[in-house]
Amino acid sequence: MLNSSPFTKNKQSLSGLMTSVAWALLPGFIALFYFFGWGVVFNVVTCAVTCVLTEAAVLHLRKKPFIILKDYSALLTGVLLGLALPPLAPWWIAVIGSSFAILFAKQIYGGLGFNPFNPAMAGYVLLLISFPVAMTAWLPPQALAENNASFIDSLYIFLFSFDTHQHTLAYYRLGVDGFTMATPLDQLKTSKTMGYLISEVTNKAIFSDIVNVGWQWVNAGFLLGGIYLLVKKHIHYAIPVGVLVGLLFPALIFNGYSPDEYPSLIVHAFSGATMLGAFFIATDPVSAATTYKGRLIFGFGVGLITWLIRTFGGYPDAFAFAVLLMNMAVPLIDHFTQPTVYGYKTSPSQNEELNS
Amino acid sequence: MNSAPVQQRFNRSSLPTWVKVITRSFHGGVHPEEFKTISNQLPIDRLAQPEKIIVPLSQHLGNPATPIVSVGAEVIAGQLIAEAAGHLSVNIHAPYCGTIEKIETSFVAHPSGMDDLCIHIKTNDKEAVFRYPKISDYKNTEIDELVKRINEAGIAGLGGAGFPTHIKLGTQINTLIINAAECEPYISCDDKLLQEEPNEFVEAAICVAHIVNAEKIIIGIEDNKPEAIEKLIAAIESAHKKNQSDLIELHIVPTKYPSGGEKQLFELLTQKQLPPSIRPAQLGYLIHNVATIRAAYRAIVFGEPLTERVVTVTGDACPSPKNYWIKIGTRFADVLAQTESQHAQQMIMGGPMMGFEVKNSNAPVVKTTNCILLQKKAHQVQEQPCIRCGECATACPASLLPQQLYWFARSDNFEKAQEYHLSDCIECGACAYVCPSEIPLVQYYRYAKSKMKEQAIAKAKSEHAKERHEFREMRLAREKQERAEKHKQAALARKQAAEKKGIEDEKKATVADAVARAKARKQALTNKNNEND
Amino acid sequence: MMSVWIAVLILVGVAALFGALLGFGAVKFKVESDPIIDQINNILPQTQCGQCGYPGCKPYAEAIANGDQINKCPPGGEQGVKALADLLGREVIPLDESLEVSIPRVAVIREDECIGCTKCIQACPVDAIVGAAKLMHTVIESECTGCDLCVPPCPVDCIDMVPIKTSIKEWSWPNPNKKPDSSLMIDVKQVS
Repeated sequence: MLNSSPFTKNKQSLSGLMTSVAWALLPGFIALFYFFGWGVVFNVVTCAVTCVLTEAAVLHLRKKPFIILKDYSALLTGVLLGLALPPLAPWWIAVIGSSFAILFAKQIYGGLGFNPFNPAMAGYVLLLISFPVAMTAWLPPQALAENNASFIDSLYIFLFSFDTHQHTLAYYRLGVDGFTMATPLDQLKTSKTMGYLISEVTNKAIFSDIVNVGWQWVNAGFLLGGIYLLVKKHIHYAIPVGVLVGLLFPALIFNGYSPDEYPSLIVHAFSGATMLGAFFIATDPVSAATTYKGRLIFGFGVGLITWLIRTFGGYPDAFAFAVLLMNMAVPLIDHFTQPTVYGYKTSPSQNEELNS
Repeated sequence: MNSAPVQQRFNRSSLPTWVKVITRSFHGGVHPEEFKTISNQLPIDRLAQPEKIIVPLSQHLGNPATPIVSVGAEVIAGQLIAEAAGHLSVNIHAPYCGTIEKIETSFVAHPSGMDDLCIHIKTNDKEAVFRYPKISDYKNTEIDELVKRINEAGIAGLGGAGFPTHIKLGTQINTLIINAAECEPYISCDDKLLQEEPNEFVEAAICVAHIVNAEKIIIGIEDNKPEAIEKLIAAIESAHKKNQSDLIELHIVPTKYPSGGEKQLFELLTQKQLPPSIRPAQLGYLIHNVATIRAAYRAIVFGEPLTERVVTVTGDACPSPKNYWIKIGTRFADVLAQTESQHAQQMIMGGPMMGFEVKNSNAPVVKTTNCILLQKKAHQVQEQPCIRCGECATACPASLLPQQLYWFARSDNFEKAQEYHLSDCIECGACAYVCPSEIPLVQYYRYAKSKMKEQAIAKAKSEHAKERHEFREMRLAREKQERAEKHKQAALARKQAAEKKGIEDEKKATVADAVARAKARKQALTNKNNEND
Repeated sequence: MMSVWIAVLILVGVAALFGALLGFGAVKFKVESDPIIDQINNILPQTQCGQCGYPGCKPYAEAIANGDQINKCPPGGEQGVKALADLLGREVIPLDESLEVSIPRVAVIREDECIGCTKCIQACPVDAIVGAAKLMHTVIESECTGCDLCVPPCPVDCIDMVPIKTSIKEWSWPNPNKKPDSSLMIDVKQVS
């Protein structure tokens, strides 16, 4: 067989890349586990196992070697989806989401590298639309919960929807004040539609910490992991920067204009899926833009759409929708953001316009 | 080794004004491990004379040279054995004294692994050497004479492309750029040459600048060669003193692959980019490699034809990595034997980034062999799907989008590949070096480029055939018409003849003629019968 | 009721406006294109070999334009079929198997055997053979398209079709994607 130069290679490999991204999720994962209990672990493990098994099954059907599993991309998709699901959601949520992500969002297009949409987010959106109740039933942070589920109880809820004492999930969703707890973003959304001012909402128990209990530590954890990836050069800074600017810049402007109507930059930055999304989900290279300018635009779009839906839309958080919408725009973005090639004065897409 | 030691050693304020430390670099590039110190510590050595050498006739761009010796002839070292055939071809000389054994195709160092025409010489112990007459006072010699000498001496670019030097030197330019960057890992032949003969090199640079009438010489060197830089500064200083002018500038560029690429070096030294399909000479610049400059100088001043060069023999399969003076035509097998590195699993000619694998040790060293890299373990890659991570685009020194080019090349969509400027790819390998999916990107581009070339040739051929065919059709039609015309003319002639006889209608005339003929015959017949009766 | 009429009127107005715009655009930016037969003919390799069953490339181009299959041109190869399919918006189909896929060749006349009958000269579609009656003929290699048409008329069989050798300078890098597919090969153990 003929070999072409170069005959040397840096240490970066596909599996290495995927595993270090998975490791970088650890701080955020620990924070999630600390605040929301065993459900997080069950979700992540179930999703990861389902994703890998689905991928293996498809590879078998497509008569491809199982060695492909070793790129760990399916595993990473599972872990990301697992982290995004509400803890103590029933097991079949995780299974349906994961198998859909691999089967329909990834392998149907030809497997790794060919999928136009982010598989984890496609799975998440399917679940959110199909099972809205289960998908919005988040637990309160354990410090604020009336009842905390033990390992065994969590497992029972996860598997059978009832714990050892025949309590349902609703039992564990009660806050210390005796009401069912919502996520901070949920709280903001529902309270706003009911006519409350932001300042009134943020007086509630869940907002009693710097931003809100638990969530800011979860986001800080993912931010830490993201910074690790940036330092290790496993992801490019353009997308996270774009996302954060797209989300936080409008938040800053509108909050400055009317603090009673629009939550602050800090609330946006440290709630919901912001950091997980900015550093781990929007940066999925396969479905994101590839040029430098394109990545900035892609990230900015994701951030902006997230802010728009959070502020004016019907969903409390919207990272998955934002990512999928921007995925659709990727070919166009890439086409119009080609870099200027050495020795040319304008970029190829500009050239094209001049010629036509 | 990075830029820090040089910056310390050559404190900016203490440097002469003609030394510049360049900090602004070009887009992309990579920093592979250098492995240069394993071969640049010892002085340049010399290999012993092998029993047999093989001199390929095509060591340069352009047509293969035409052999001018016959089998069985005795030749002496330096004697012309093959003559340049055409514009871009160069002369080839015998490296050793010996007898021409045969002139036939045999294995050469080429990515294809194909055979090519070579002159096989069995060497002997005679010590005769041919030299062209020396031109020691080149400043008072006609420029044409100097260029002619370089042509005679068979000098082609020793950096790797093998472009005939006399053609490059036949122009008048403003600035001579000398490429001493040597950015490929492992290779240290130019570095050693500069370290060992800095004065001769500076002399050579001035000589070549004289030929092309350059007002300025810029030497570009990577900051990972502190010894060479130090020696060069001293040599340039004394040359400046001698000539009473600051002709030469030394630019120390940051170590980054591929700073030795022509376009990249041009950008580093001039802060400007070369437009596509424009050669530096059209802008008043000429870029030459260190070894080529030296060879051109020696051809003029000592009359030496190009029969040897410095080659870095290195790699983990080579127990004594070093630079050697190796005669053109020495087989790799002899190099391996003399350096005790027979256990190499992979032989690469050139560096690891842009070289190519040589699969047969019968291949000879040629004018463009700057390095023989011997690896214990062959480099293998397992191609995985592209995840569009964009590492390649970040590394590409031409600011291309390698991941897009890869898709287009892979799906034979060459038109689209060209739209994304495939032809501006310099095949430096930075993209494949960083690719986490280990995709042999450069090979995809080379495949697409050669396919595009093939298609262009086929297109031209078919266009030509179409023209010929249409011409033939036209000719056949014309001939047919001409024949028809001739028939018509003949008919007309008959008609006119008939008219003369006074009968109007030609047909009637013919019929009447025929009737008359028949009547006459009948008449004759009856007459005969009557006679018989 | 009124609002219905307003809605209908607005829709009609909008439709008329866009219709007018489209019509204007169609006239104003009309693209003059080659007649389809010429475009097809430009894709065909012009060997004029007649393997397609038509006397030359242009007649085949006309036949394709009239609906004939696009896979009858072996010298054009798969690449040619693909280009034709792209141009005509048809399916890419494999080359007609009954036709031999040809490697590039040139005709060479064994000159000592040639009797100078001129039959090959008349057969050559591109006038690539020179010679005169009773005199030896020869092929101009650079003009020969390798079409084989001169071979059958030769009464003494002195024309050889010789594959063109690729020299080291014309060598092309192979496609790294096309490696031998071992999954399609049958393991010996399974057979025996």
